[in-house]
Amino acid sequence: MASTIRVRATSSGETTEVQALIQHPMDSGFVKDSKGEIIPPHFIQQLIFEHDGKNVFTADWGGGVSKDPYVKFAFKGAKKGDELKISWIDNKGATDTTTAKIQ
Amino acid sequence: MSTMANDFSATRRLILKGAGVLTLIGLGIVPLDVTKVLAAANDKYPEEAFKAKSEADAIKALYGKTPEPSDKVKMDAPEIAENGAVVPISVTTTLADVTSISFLVSENPVALVASYKIPAGTLPNVANRIKMARTSNVVVVVEAGGKLYGVSKEVKVTVGGCGG
Repeated sequence: MASTIRVRATSSGETTEVQALIQHPMDSGFVKDSKGEIIPPHFIQQLIFEHDGKNVFTADWGGGVSKDPYVKFAFKGAKKGDELKISWIDNKGATDTTTAKIQ
Repeated sequence: MSTMANDFSATRRLILKGAGVLTLIGLGIVPLDVTKVLAAANDKYPEEAFKAKSEADAIKALYGKTPEPSDKVKMDAPEIAENGAVVPISVTTTLADVTSISFLVSENPVALVASYKIPAGTLPNVANRIKMARTSNVVVVVEAGGKLYGVSKEVKVTVGGCGG
């Protein structure tokens, strides 16, 4: 199955900039469908970025994060060719994981 | 090897398992609690803060203190968001020792939108896209050096992103 996670991690020497785009409905549980029925909450709760076995960024999300969420951050201590591991878990217990090479 | 020993250990395991389950039932522990405990062990998700309706309650649940204003936190948000479903917000700060950055929308049904943990070595700059039910203040809270700082900016929304 194709991954739900798309990541671009680019190193500019000292810092590595990371951009991640994830496919997820991020239903807040407050929106009604066309029949007027509430769409139950379904959103990513935690998104974790690991480099070299160390947590470099953790996102705790609620239903207020936009559909197909996007996040950007930067960290120090990595170099080109290193691997970045990304994983998420949603409120229904579904998960996905991927690794990206830092460019 | 003797099958006796295998049979014995298998039976023994079954008995132990049964006893364990019975003990759990006896204590009134349901499977839901077990998963909660497991989730808590792994860098726990601030469940309570994400249930809070108001921004003040969410900040209290998350940090246990109230933020003070700071001119060292810069929030980049649009003046007017044409689509409340996707509002790009980013924040940068010159504060040192930042450990956490959170995004809240005062008028959303659940105020807390996102909370980011910033370990040492990660820069205190975050960009993301959030939903806004209607025109509201967007609040960014930064935890740095054990203290809490906040900035707020009104974003006008012409089409809501959370309404039905």
